[in-house]
Amino acid sequence: MTVSPPPPAQQRMFDTTALATEVARRFGTAVTRTSENGGAASWFVVEDRSALVPLCRFLFSEAGCGFAGMIVEERNEWNLRYLFLNPGCGWVYCILRLPLSTRTVPSISVPVHPADWYEREAEDLFGLTFQGHPRLGDFVLHDQVWQEGLTPMRKAFDAGQTQFELRPQQDWRPTLVVQDPGAFAMPVGPVYEGGIGESVHFLLETVGEDVIRAVPRLFYNYRGVEKIAEGKSLWDVLLLAERFSAKSAFAHSLAYCQAVETALHLETPPRARHLRVALSELERLRHHAGVINGICRSTALAVSESHAAIIEEKLLRASAAFSGHRYLFGLNTPGGLRRDFDSEATSALLRSVDDALQLLERLEQRLSYSSSFLDRLEDVGVVSPASARHLNLLGPVGRASGLRRDVRRVCPYSGYQHFQFQVAHEEEGDGYARLRVLFAEARQSASLIHQAIETLEPGPLCADPVPIRAAAALGWVEAPIGAAGHWVSFGRDGTIERYRILSPSFRNWMGLHVAVEDFAFQDFPIILSTFGLSATECDR
Amino acid sequence: MSFWFWHGLRNGIQSTRYPHAPETAPGVTPGRPVDTQFSSAEEAAEAAAVCPTGAIHAESARAVVDLRKCIWCQRCRFGCPRPLHWETSHTWAAGSAARGAASPLGSPFGHSLHVMVVDAGDCGACLNEVKQLNNPLYNIHRLGIFFTPTPRAADVLLVVGPVSENMKGPLLKTYEAMPEPKRVLAAGTCAITGGVFGRSFMSHGGVPSVLPVDLEIPGDPPPPLAILDALLLTAGRAKHSTLSNPETAPSPDHGPRLVKLP
Repeated sequence: MTVSPPPPAQQRMFDTTALATEVARRFGTAVTRTSENGGAASWFVVEDRSALVPLCRFLFSEAGCGFAGMIVEERNEWNLRYLFLNPGCGWVYCILRLPLSTRTVPSISVPVHPADWYEREAEDLFGLTFQGHPRLGDFVLHDQVWQEGLTPMRKAFDAGQTQFELRPQQDWRPTLVVQDPGAFAMPVGPVYEGGIGESVHFLLETVGEDVIRAVPRLFYNYRGVEKIAEGKSLWDVLLLAERFSAKSAFAHSLAYCQAVETALHLETPPRARHLRVALSELERLRHHAGVINGICRSTALAVSESHAAIIEEKLLRASAAFSGHRYLFGLNTPGGLRRDFDSEATSALLRSVDDALQLLERLEQRLSYSSSFLDRLEDVGVVSPASARHLNLLGPVGRASGLRRDVRRVCPYSGYQHFQFQVAHEEEGDGYARLRVLFAEARQSASLIHQAIETLEPGPLCADPVPIRAAAALGWVEAPIGAAGHWVSFGRDGTIERYRILSPSFRNWMGLHVAVEDFAFQDFPIILSTFGLSATECDR
Repeated sequence: MSFWFWHGLRNGIQSTRYPHAPETAPGVTPGRPVDTQFSSAEEAAEAAAVCPTGAIHAESARAVVDLRKCIWCQRCRFGCPRPLHWETSHTWAAGSAARGAASPLGSPFGHSLHVMVVDAGDCGACLNEVKQLNNPLYNIHRLGIFFTPTPRAADVLLVVGPVSENMKGPLLKTYEAMPEPKRVLAAGTCAITGGVFGRSFMSHGGVPSVLPVDLEIPGDPPPPLAILDALLLTAGRAKHSTLSNPETAPSPDHGPRLVKLP
């Protein structure tokens, strides 16, 4: 299951017009351009389904687009949106419309490898079969719990039902395992590490010391957030957006609010935008301190682990002292923020951030002199830049492998274009590179909090309410783990018709196996901790 | 490498003195909403109307809070016409309403309580707060409480999350593998009533629907000290001073009952 590097890149940079011209030249009438949702993004409608795979291949391999996810919508026809993000022209949507009776869709996951899991997910939840996909089946709905044939994301499925007949009662067994003299598979999870680890199952296969295949099995925490959001009011879905993944709660609630604001044409006041930047960066700082704590714990360097844990707890306390909640719940609202902060609170926050940053820098310096620590990280869990690009890894993990992608820079939101910051990146792609990126990002976050708060001006905090209209939009943020997107579609009655979360953990979990394979068993927890993944953010 | 040793020594003991002395550091707990007296029934009804989960209801001129349903969204605290009073306590763990008074495990476990944590669909917040108990600021080892990686050695099952369908099997297996006597703690509002996830095709709406729960710790998430307090109650070591004082405790007819353990 090693990932072959992509063909030699002959990539050109495109702007919006050049991309439209090139697509028109290559695909003619098979792909048309639409100006749905204004002109901010490029929208291509795939008229001829046989053009879907070549179009996606062109965007991914030649036009320099990153694959951002897939959104399936069931209306009076199937609406499949393939999202790409191009550094030159922003978001690119490819839309495939199919009659509702269709059950098979061409699979794009061979040329666009990051689409693999999205198609597996859609197959499990919508019952669509992706032609040409190498392995569909047991994914979100675990085979030992769910009978085949249930499609919970279809509109006809009632989310409130709790009684199901026909439950298979046998245990799950992998369908494919390595077979060789001396080969064995080591199952880990879903309850492990005393349960303090999140619920994930790994099957590590080996013929000796090195892991030759690592298969994560996720979705133990699947709570059907996207399904139970349907038919709810936008205020109730805000609670879900905040609570499906608490370690990046502010980032996800911000993405959700921005989607609602775009759909309803709400203009956020500058004061709220600045405070949102400060709170997002506070969350990133705290999250990275937590990941660094995990890395120190996995290498069993106890003093540094304690040191990092103290920093994380101090930042949690600073968050609560500032906002009233240790995980920044209940602050974002469509149109702005729900509460204001006086200058006393903001200066206390700046002091806490400075203290935390000073402790982090001291920790970084000491770690860089700890040879036993560095031995466990350097040249371990290497993800080459080619693999990172091929898998489209996001966030600090991608940036540690040379992918300088950050939506705060590519598609700025909430006024990020007005602030000075650098996109931290490294080239080596090993565990130590990921650790250095985390420290560098923490420094940038502290600087951004200072900039945002020091340029804070008095003014209103929330836009005036507007009537809800039937519209749909995407909101995006650079969450601590990577770029996240929330797609919100309002129905005619003003409730949420479709809610889709494109979560960064989902993508990086898919890429984890590349880093784990060909490394020793005892490296596995260390590699896992340097990825800093969240199972609950992936599972939703 | 010796600098780590000096670093450890120089920083000294950072742990809280809790429960021997109160912990009052700012931000150590988000606090909680408490029953609030308004001047009229209309005002109380107005205060109750902002709650998205129905955790607040009006009783004549009094807004009464059911912490078991509270998701700490703070809509009754900021930006509302009739804010409720919030207090900064963290001692609100209570015996399960269904099971009545939970009996503590008693003296053999007083200074050796082994806790097994299971993430049953948690959002990561409760789990992270449980994890914080291991950090030097709380350092629960000093109280003889340990997280154990195996259910065979566990006395307490601490469950977080609303019990997702895919985690129900592993959760029940973990419970069955634990020796008697054992206690089950539900940490977080999701683990008690399902929270925002409620009861659906994928969520069992809380631990009580699949396991007998002895002690409930409301919170979204409950701060580390609230979880610590519940563990001390389970071990039979909580002093009465750590229980909420009756003045601010929710009234006995509504919301959680604070069970005073012997």
